[in-house]
Amino acid sequence: ISCVSWLYQKIEDSFFLVIGTKTCGYFLQNAMGVMIFSEPRYAMAELEEGDISAKLNDYEELKRLCLQIKKDRNPSVIFWIGTCTTEIIKMDLEGIAPKLEAEIKITIVVARANGLDYAFTQGEDTVLAAMAQRCPEYKEKAISLSGDPKEETKHPPLILFGSLPDPVANQLIFELKKQGIKVSGWLPSKRYTELPAISEGNYVCGVNPFLSRTATTLMRRRRTKLIGAPFPIGPDGTRAWIEKICSVFGIQPVGLEEREKQIWESLEGYLKLIANKSVFFMGDNLLEISLARFLIRCGMVVHEIGIPYMDKRYQGGELLLLEKTCQEMGVSIPSIVEKPDNYKQLERIRTLQPDLVITGMAHANPLEARGINTK
Amino acid sequence: AGPAHIGTLRIASSFKNVHAIMHAPLGDDYFNVMKSMLERERGFTPVTASIVDRHVLARGSQEKVVNNITRKDIEEQPDLIVLTPTCTSSILQEDLQNFVNRASLESKADVILADVNHYRVNELQAADRTLEQIITFYIDKAKKYGTISNNKTKNPSVNIIGSSCLGFHNQHDMSELKRLFADLGIEINLIIPEGSSVNQLKNLTQAWFNFVPYRETGLMTANYLKKEFNMPYIDISPIGIIEITAFIRKLEKILLDQGHECSFEDYITLQTKFVSQSSWFSRSIDCQNLTGKKAVVFGDATHAAAITKILSKEMGIHVAWAGTYCKYDEQWFKEEVKDLCDNVVITEDNALIADLIAKTEPAAIFGTQMERHIGKRLNIPCGVISSPVHIQNFPLSYKPFMGYEGTNQIADLVYNSFTLGMEDHLI
Ligand code: SF4
Repeated sequence: ISCVSWLYQKIEDSFFLVIGTKTCGYFLQNAMGVMIFSEPRYAMAELEEGDISAKLNDYEELKRLCLQIKKDRNPSVIFWIGTCTTEIIKMDLEGIAPKLEAEIKITIVVARANGLDYAFTQGEDTVLAAMAQRCPEYKEKAISLSGDPKEETKHPPLILFGSLPDPVANQLIFELKKQGIKVSGWLPSKRYTELPAISEGNYVCGVNPFLSRTATTLMRRRRTKLIGAPFPIGPDGTRAWIEKICSVFGIQPVGLEEREKQIWESLEGYLKLIANKSVFFMGDNLLEISLARFLIRCGMVVHEIGIPYMDKRYQGGELLLLEKTCQEMGVSIPSIVEKPDNYKQLERIRTLQPDLVITGMAHANPLEARGINTK
Repeated sequence: AGPAHIGTLRIASSFKNVHAIMHAPLGDDYFNVMKSMLERERGFTPVTASIVDRHVLARGSQEKVVNNITRKDIEEQPDLIVLTPTCTSSILQEDLQNFVNRASLESKADVILADVNHYRVNELQAADRTLEQIITFYIDKAKKYGTISNNKTKNPSVNIIGSSCLGFHNQHDMSELKRLFADLGIEINLIIPEGSSVNQLKNLTQAWFNFVPYRETGLMTANYLKKEFNMPYIDISPIGIIEITAFIRKLEKILLDQGHECSFEDYITLQTKFVSQSSWFSRSIDCQNLTGKKAVVFGDATHAAAITKILSKEMGIHVAWAGTYCKYDEQWFKEEVKDLCDNVVITEDNALIADLIAKTEPAAIFGTQMERHIGKRLNIPCGVISSPVHIQNFPLSYKPFMGYEGTNQIADLVYNSFTLGMEDHLI
């Protein structure tokens, strides 16, 4: 459910209602730190014992809350974030939502982002997958993100998915534009009311490695074609990502090699620092493969890539690039550990003594106290 | 206050060599992050999760919990493993007690199931209950094996009950209390749970009396020991000159009752006059500027009540309202502060507090981090006096709230909050 913290900022006209217990509330409150004091557009619907034993009427209760949100904040959309508890008591959020939506005239999107099924960033995946189903059909003219509606495109519409800070997103759009590729839409959009149009036969491409459900939804439900590229993380990844998109559209990329070289050169100072140092990923957010690939290219040695969940199909392009990178750098492919056992990992860390351990905050201070650098 | 399992984890992981296993979905092991970050803990937090996932939902935890317990038993060789239920396990209604019974047959460690219900109690109540549960468990065990200590220590001694991790300025308070007791010639028998081992619990009965510094955690244990062993206890929090005096007098009486001749009046006078600056400060011109200034107070019952008393009785500040989120302790709180403020507020609703503060327009707020942020928005200075807190409230320098040095700290805190407000106003 932590995805709420960045998604509500990304989608400006949204409101997130997390339907769960005190545990979820406490978690959000702590995870978001100061942000919770800036009147965020999210709230908890805290379930009480009565809700659990179904003495209360779920529908009425949610209606009351949503009406209040509508009155106070007037968002374009309310996201209902299902949690472990709604899952276990089998609260039929998907069933209630359409009825309530019709009654109180406000869009409600249901996403399950509980700890039973998902880890950390996967929450965004469930939200985007739910949004993907709400995107309008592609009509004659789509909104042009590049600003020039008359601009000719020689390729079918391309929609990118994955939430990124605006400057980063604009940068990627710009890079593609240089290759003559137009981005017709982005999921999520800045406002819910500006969801990109998607129709059968469109091309879609992910920018984050943890969006496999969204990808599947876009392919199966919206009949789009997925461009399975490595992810634009690091100059090597970004180049491979653009190249892949170009190749799908039959475009000969120009100036990419130069561009990549420039960036590597500007990194010279950092590269010297990390060359030949070793790194260990304990794993918690699914960015691990791409980051490892990038660091190997930087000249580091990767001991282990821990990852909470591995979708070999969606991350296929990335895995290939990892393999290729290892070959070119003359190192063996690190072991990828899915759903790692932290206790055993700590034992391995103790024996390997890596120069850097990339880990969560529960382990960082204790590792530092044992003389191991962490990030 | 947080959810129940946080309270249980705070108690369990405060003991030495006690491991907690949470029965929880992925993500609820968030406690480790808090402990590691807020306390800048060097050790690994002795808490692991027995993960509840789809699989468990469909077929039950079955062997999983038992295996996780026995595995931890071998890996870490703890003295005690506490199986900790969460909101999720509350509704799954599995027979966790049964798992515990089975696991304890196989493991060397003792194993217990924390008796807390997510929907009935909060963090503080759960901490109180878990501590009592662990104590009862080991006292019973000691009784059974006849290892319980029947003799009192030669010199007067005390157990300090309820010092735990993630408590507000807890560590500094403990240092200050140790000093206070040393001054009074009282030995410390045990401090629980922080830093003690469950194997020492059989010695609890050696102490002459018990002391519960924070009423949120420890009262249940103190009551149990009183009932079972007729051990008297003190539940006055020695925060502020007047309360410290009351605390020491009560202590004196307890010792006299047990036939120990002593008189602490000279000590009180000396400390009040010379060690603590706060009573002189109260009379100084500076403090007279504060007379009648309007303040509001909110926090846990212990701290909110103590600060209200200090503001109103020791500094002559006008407390418009005092409140606590410890709903279950409402009566005690009302009784303590009823004549010291215009109104008493008992609520867990942060928005209500924000509204009240806006309406009251005090010159300063004394509250939790939440109130500090409300203050920021409204441009009213705030001194943080209670959990929930942030990392700034785990200061590196010595900042107790209790004892004579605590009175100095609090005087500074109060004074700084107000002058800041004044300066702001002048500018
Ligand atoms: S794991 Fe489940 S119960 Fe825990 S915070 Fe996440 S959604 Fe809530």
